[in-house]
Amino acid sequence: MEILLSSLAAGLLIGMALALVALGLTIIFGVMDIVNFAHGEFLMIGMYTGLFTAQATGLDPLFTLPVAALVGFLLGGVCYYGFIRFLIRGPMVAQLLGTFGLMLFLRNLALLIFGSEDRALHHGLLVGRSIDVGMGVIIPATKLAAAVLAIFSFWAVWMLMNRTHVGKALTATALNPQGARYMGIPTEKMNALAWGIGGATVTIAGALLVNFWSVNPFVGLLFTMIAFTIVALGGFGSVRGAFFAALVVGLIMEFPGFWDFFSYTFDIQWMYDIPMTSFKYTWVYLAYFIIMVARPRGLFGWKH
Amino acid sequence: MTSEPILAVENIKVRYSGLPVLRGVSLWVAAGETVSVVGANGAGKSTLLRAIMATQPVFDGTIRFLGREIHALSTEAIVRLGLVYVPEEKMLFGPLSVEENLRLGAYVINDAARIEQNIEFVFSLFPRLKERRTQAASTLSGGEQQMVAIGRGLMSNPRLLMLDEPSLGLAPILVDEVLDTVRRLKAEGMTILLVEQNVREALDLSDRGYVLQTGRMVKEGTGQALLDSDIFRQAFLGI
Ligand SMILES: Nc1ncnc2c1ncn2[C@@H]1O[C@H](COP(=O)(O)OP(=O)(O)OP(=O)(O)O)[C@@H](O)[C@H]1O
Ligand SMILES: [Mg+2]
Repeated sequence: MEILLSSLAAGLLIGMALALVALGLTIIFGVMDIVNFAHGEFLMIGMYTGLFTAQATGLDPLFTLPVAALVGFLLGGVCYYGFIRFLIRGPMVAQLLGTFGLMLFLRNLALLIFGSEDRALHHGLLVGRSIDVGMGVIIPATKLAAAVLAIFSFWAVWMLMNRTHVGKALTATALNPQGARYMGIPTEKMNALAWGIGGATVTIAGALLVNFWSVNPFVGLLFTMIAFTIVALGGFGSVRGAFFAALVVGLIMEFPGFWDFFSYTFDIQWMYDIPMTSFKYTWVYLAYFIIMVARPRGLFGWKH
Repeated sequence: MTSEPILAVENIKVRYSGLPVLRGVSLWVAAGETVSVVGANGAGKSTLLRAIMATQPVFDGTIRFLGREIHALSTEAIVRLGLVYVPEEKMLFGPLSVEENLRLGAYVINDAARIEQNIEFVFSLFPRLKERRTQAASTLSGGEQQMVAIGRGLMSNPRLLMLDEPSLGLAPILVDEVLDTVRRLKAEGMTILLVEQNVREALDLSDRGYVLQTGRMVKEGTGQALLDSDIFRQAFLGI
């Protein structure tokens, strides 16, 4: 029972953090129908930003989140104005290969600057601390903070999209860019803003993750894949969908825990024999595959 | 017309992949006027309006609005100057409600009181939209969608409203309703550039009209003069 509850709690917590990883991807797709293969590299940059600002100031990365957010916002904006806006005039293939190229570029740039070694944060306000919520469930403080801030970020983005003038303009740009232009909406700026928000949310996620995940220049791809799975499951362009899909994916990632629970509880011999933990991400990719085949538009449909 | 034209298009040329679609088109609209552009399918009417809105590259010629060369401006900047285009394709924001669509039409307006005033005006023009203000635009009937498209165009207090085939695809009774709306806007003092398939009715309600034929303005004049002219009868009535 403890394993079940622990796995459940761990799955939901990591799911919330992953929701924040996926948020930017779904926003960018929602506003301009472009899939950013470099999304995980944005996250990697957020992780390095969190790590270095924390090391330089001696503060916890939680306090340097605004720096990470600013870096991400600028990174998104610069990528849009310097690169993406030329790509979107081309065919779909050019867009795919283009953001793929951006991924390689950022990754190798990181390799050049930071080297290939794993870096991790060994100190900090929350590192190593945990909260015992009873019934054998112990929650690491870093993951709880990540989850809480992820929810807060979702709320902020939701408010921005639904309650503000600029949010309405973003929505209009997403739904019909030409129609939006005829309303006097500067769609080019809206696209850049989507990239800025997308960049900021994912670098925040990175700075939160670095509390419990070591970083190297190659860390991005794993998260890009996970984010794709979440966005595909939730429906491309859907903010609400991304949140719930991320919880599902978080639970899928904890599948080995559930497996162990069953094998212990019912003492099933053959279940013991399969080292399920070795396949942690396999389940995520399997889920991705099944979703693409069974429900290509995701649980909530595309956009909304 | 004695007053200075607010829109003056001179000798514009547009090509689609090298193929000439507008071959030197000129037109002007004075403040308070209602002007129609009529022509067969494919004559280039929509292309002309898109060229004015800078969503269609213009290869030669000048476009002046309120005395200003607008050719090099962005579409958004042109809208801010008060030139509003209601496209043939309507381009509504489907999942958003009627009211949200209308409010987006007032994007360039910062004065909240004026936005409320404009929305009341649109609702008085189209009471049916008021009843359906919370309904998603995509679930409206064709006629209601056209009302939203026109209403949304009115939300920014345009100096010139360009309507591209507002009666397209509507039942005859709704066509009359839409054209009555245009008449009413004209009576309110709105300056309108109208493109219509219902040539007779359009010219009838307009002060002046132009006949566009395969990328050329072949005739210009008052509505009645055009209706009586030979070239017009040939082009449209097949006599
Ligand atoms: N994007 C485009 N690419 C290539 N050719 C185009 C494009 N848009 C329009 N055309 C061509 O330009 C010509 C004029 O088109 P336009 O839409 O301006 O005509 P129209 O007078 O508005 O016709 P309708 O009454 O059917 O709306 C047509 O021959 C059309 O096929
Ligand atoms: Mg047309």
